[in-house]
Amino acid sequence: MKWSARGKSAIVGIGLAGIGAAPGFSHLDLTALAVHRALGDAGVSLKEVDGLFTANMVNMMATTAVTEYLGIRPVVQVGTNTGGNAFVDHLQWAALALDAGMCNVAVICYGSNQRTAGGASMPPDQPFYDVPFNPREPISSYALAAARHMYQYGTSREQLAEVAVSARRWAQLNPIAFAREPLTIDDVLSSRMICDPLTLLDCCLVTDGAGAVVLMRAERSKDCRQMPVHVLGVASALTHRQISEMPDLTVTAAVESGARAFELASLTPKDVDVVELYDAFTINVVLFLEDLGFCKKGEGGSFVANGRIAPGGSFPVNTNGGGLSCVHPGMYGIFTIIEAVEQLRGTAGDRQVPGAEIALCHGNGGLLSNESTALLGTPATV
Amino acid sequence: MNEIHGEESPDTTLRRFLDGGEIRLQTCADCGLQIFPPRVLCPRCGRLELDWSLVAGNGTVYSTTVVRRRVDRGGDYNVCIVELDEGARMLTRVNDVEPTSVQIGDRVQAVIDSVDDRPVLAFVRKSEVGS
Repeated sequence: MKWSARGKSAIVGIGLAGIGAAPGFSHLDLTALAVHRALGDAGVSLKEVDGLFTANMVNMMATTAVTEYLGIRPVVQVGTNTGGNAFVDHLQWAALALDAGMCNVAVICYGSNQRTAGGASMPPDQPFYDVPFNPREPISSYALAAARHMYQYGTSREQLAEVAVSARRWAQLNPIAFAREPLTIDDVLSSRMICDPLTLLDCCLVTDGAGAVVLMRAERSKDCRQMPVHVLGVASALTHRQISEMPDLTVTAAVESGARAFELASLTPKDVDVVELYDAFTINVVLFLEDLGFCKKGEGGSFVANGRIAPGGSFPVNTNGGGLSCVHPGMYGIFTIIEAVEQLRGTAGDRQVPGAEIALCHGNGGLLSNESTALLGTPATV
Repeated sequence: MNEIHGEESPDTTLRRFLDGGEIRLQTCADCGLQIFPPRVLCPRCGRLELDWSLVAGNGTVYSTTVVRRRVDRGGDYNVCIVELDEGARMLTRVNDVEPTSVQIGDRVQAVIDSVDDRPVLAFVRKSEVGS
């Protein structure tokens, strides 16, 4: 009998801080502000937090840094750092710890000041056998995946550009999105080439920002201020670390994380109303739509064409503007959860997907290495 | 329980062969998997018994990119993944051609190159070596 998170716990609070640029603030300042707002949203005090789930790009022992800053004494701490998918992965450990009675109020949080602190960085432990060839990680690895997808399936640069343009059109509906000026396919194609076939505008933003979510067991979540958003299924999978070891550059471990998450949630891709995917690069969205079962392998390029995933299209993806146009402070996964909660609560304003009941969040970590998929739903879906 | 397996580390062995002008990679004595980067065990079946087999060095470009760099910092360069005919893949580069001319599917030949005094496996295009 497999344990499933379905219906056992719910997200009762969300918080953001420093989206865009927050000069002078440390990553912990921003993390703490997001946690404060998420707890306020839930109507829970900081003292009640007894489960902490966090990772960041600065502290090797992130739970210690965040615990000290917040002045809390968690009895459960998970600091697993698998890259940008970590917070979607943390959802399953938070749900499990809550269900087991190991903690009562779980906080998942992340913050980064990478934009104002001097730009994006990758962890220094680059693979020994890759370093002599000077790959520009992470972009070169995603470029290799994009090139292979184009070669194998005829995916075009215009189709990849459509992902960036769709994200921008969503961002234009989101007042806190960082990049909101108009963007065309030609703008993406003619922007500076970074690693062929990816241009600057095929790549995510480099921003500051923090996010936090608060979870409780389902029975207590009914008493909170906000409509609870239930965890229906979460799963993670990983295949490799360096891109040369990825078994097939056109197929990610999202095939496995997605299938398991759907099975645990007793749902299928056609049940999903809104999709939030980790779009570090335009190719990610194409790969994940295929691997999560929304279209066939190789058809992701044509799937995203003609505005299908943009506002007004039939298949809303990355409704906050994504990492490409809303916010990307290094590890984006937490923001997929926060936007999904906004959509399911019905509080997403101009970008609201009408009647959204079930959302899929997908986090990606490393070099298409770690994949985590979560399905969230309104109380009616449990 | 505390013995080190073999006389030298896998990386030391690879480097010793490359320094001697020989391309040898590990092959699992049990399942036959060609292994790169070198390891103490087979990542498919877990065996410690790995043979250092002579490699012909024939391969195919599996994917490729051009890392764009300002001319005053050295200009654009190729980064690619080559799959050897025996199966192993590695991050590498194709030498002596325009970086933009490297194509997926190009047949390539391994050469022992040097980066910062360390021997590395790079590749040249088959047509460039006349085979």
